[in-house]
Amino acid sequence: MSTVLKKTRTLIDTRMHYCPGCSHGIVHRLIGEVIDEFDLREQTVGIAPVGCSVLLDAYLDIDAVQAAHGRAPAVGTGVKRALPENLVFTYQGDGDLVSIGMSEMVHAAARGEKITIIFINNTNYGMTGGQMAPTTLEKQVTTTTPLGREPEQAGYPIQVPELLYSLQGAKYLSRVSVHNPKNINKAKKSIEKAFKVQMEGLGFSLVEVLSICPTNWRMDPVQSIKWLEENMIEAYPLGELKTVEGVS
Amino acid sequence: MSRELMRGNDAVGAGAIAANCRFYYGYPITPQNEIGEYMSRELPRAGGVFIQAESEIAAINMVYGSAATGGRVMTSSSGPGISLKMEGISYIAAAELPCVIANMMRGGPGLGNIAPSHSDYFQATKGGGHGDYRLIVLAPSSVQEIYDFTRMAFYLSDKYRNPAMILGDGFMGQMMEVVETPDKKEDDEYAKAPEKPWAITGCKGRERNIVNTLLLDPDALEEHNWNLYEKYKVIAENEKRVDLYYTEDAEILLVSFGIASRICKEAVENARSEGIKAGLIRPITLWPFPDHAFNNLNGVKGILTVEMNTGQMLEDVRLAVNDRVPVEFHGRPGGTLPDSTAILEEIKKIGGR
Repeated sequence: MSTVLKKTRTLIDTRMHYCPGCSHGIVHRLIGEVIDEFDLREQTVGIAPVGCSVLLDAYLDIDAVQAAHGRAPAVGTGVKRALPENLVFTYQGDGDLVSIGMSEMVHAAARGEKITIIFINNTNYGMTGGQMAPTTLEKQVTTTTPLGREPEQAGYPIQVPELLYSLQGAKYLSRVSVHNPKNINKAKKSIEKAFKVQMEGLGFSLVEVLSICPTNWRMDPVQSIKWLEENMIEAYPLGELKTVEGVS
Repeated sequence: MSRELMRGNDAVGAGAIAANCRFYYGYPITPQNEIGEYMSRELPRAGGVFIQAESEIAAINMVYGSAATGGRVMTSSSGPGISLKMEGISYIAAAELPCVIANMMRGGPGLGNIAPSHSDYFQATKGGGHGDYRLIVLAPSSVQEIYDFTRMAFYLSDKYRNPAMILGDGFMGQMMEVVETPDKKEDDEYAKAPEKPWAITGCKGRERNIVNTLLLDPDALEEHNWNLYEKYKVIAENEKRVDLYYTEDAEILLVSFGIASRICKEAVENARSEGIKAGLIRPITLWPFPDHAFNNLNGVKGILTVEMNTGQMLEDVRLAVNDRVPVEFHGRPGGTLPDSTAILEEIKKIGGR
């Protein structure tokens, strides 16, 4: 008999605090699966952000450091420079990474820091109750854009891989989504590649994951998936923006 | 022993490397730029890592990361830069990670200036960032002490798993003096780091380690606060350090630290030569504050605290003295230095002359 499916070793067998429908659980699972497949659990350090995924260390059975808001790429830099053989990744939401942590992200990429950022884009600040994020779409209603995000007043959404594209230290930049099984499989493949780029010492890697936030979007999970498909993918095109030849 | 002419800022770097510091993360700010320049040159030669970070905020968070792995790590800055680091320092204190921070103080508040000052005494000794925590704060008054105290700071921060700060100033960072450095590294207690079973290294062959400062349950956070408090109590019991100068028969006591204390020594000598029994209490640890040095005030007519600010350590002196004798203040804020003649005049006033 061959095993077709087994529990993910790196994922801790516990109840998650995330809201029903939230994408965090799927992405945690994908990271756990990739770490298992690469047999890197005992060599991995995760950096948790401030936001809904602040409790990352409660769900992944790895050494972990919880960082101040936005500072995970700097903390990850300090860890990686001390432990160059280890797999070091940060897990950050759109507020943490793209607003308060913009500087740390850009400069980690510019230095070609051999870390991976897993970036959860759900277009709002989930933990604090659904305020506008840098990735909030035009016209999107949040608790701080009650009439919809007006660029005249609140600016435009930020596309992260596109923003980092010109930086030579950034070697792998992709955007994936986890709104259906096909895209979940693609997302896993992308996380695999990002980790490979890091472990082969090639440089900085980032995977943006389009995610749903039913609670703060005031939709049920099915409506949320539809909203992501119809609105987010147009604003945030999926695919590999930058990759390294020979890494698959 | 070997003897070397050394600049104060270079002595921070030399002391750190002698203490086996292997990670330095910093951002340029005057008057301490020579520390980063020294580390960029010397640390890679010692097998260490130097990064010029994009900001003080990034630098202290890199410190947080390397400290979490158990490495000996430091950063340095001055006034405005230290303010930016305070968020990270609070996290490091909360996570009970060892590291060393050097603040070569300049005049404040705001951008202030780049001249020497004691403007950050409150910030250094009362925690500085958010939350209920303490730093171990060492105040050197010579380049030799900068070298020695930097080494000691690594030792103390490892011993108590607590960030330690070197509180110097722009004057001390720029001046050059002869420094004696020990030849035999293996005999140097300060160079030896203890075992760190809590370190983040990847969980090979053990249960995973977590460095986290989030304690959502108020009962758990209360317990953590009391545990930190107990640790600070032990540090306060064991680590108070003070230099006493002509204090035994003193009728007028000066209290001063850092570069100002050297000017006070001159004032004490001048007072003595005029028959005035003056002495100096020089706190070496600003936290824990050496309040025990004020236990016996028999025969003391008055105390004069001399600082390069508008009166910050003054509050700790008054707490220690507790109204037993009058405590006066002589201050020179904004990047100016006290003058020994002016201090002597104050001594005479207190002495009733």
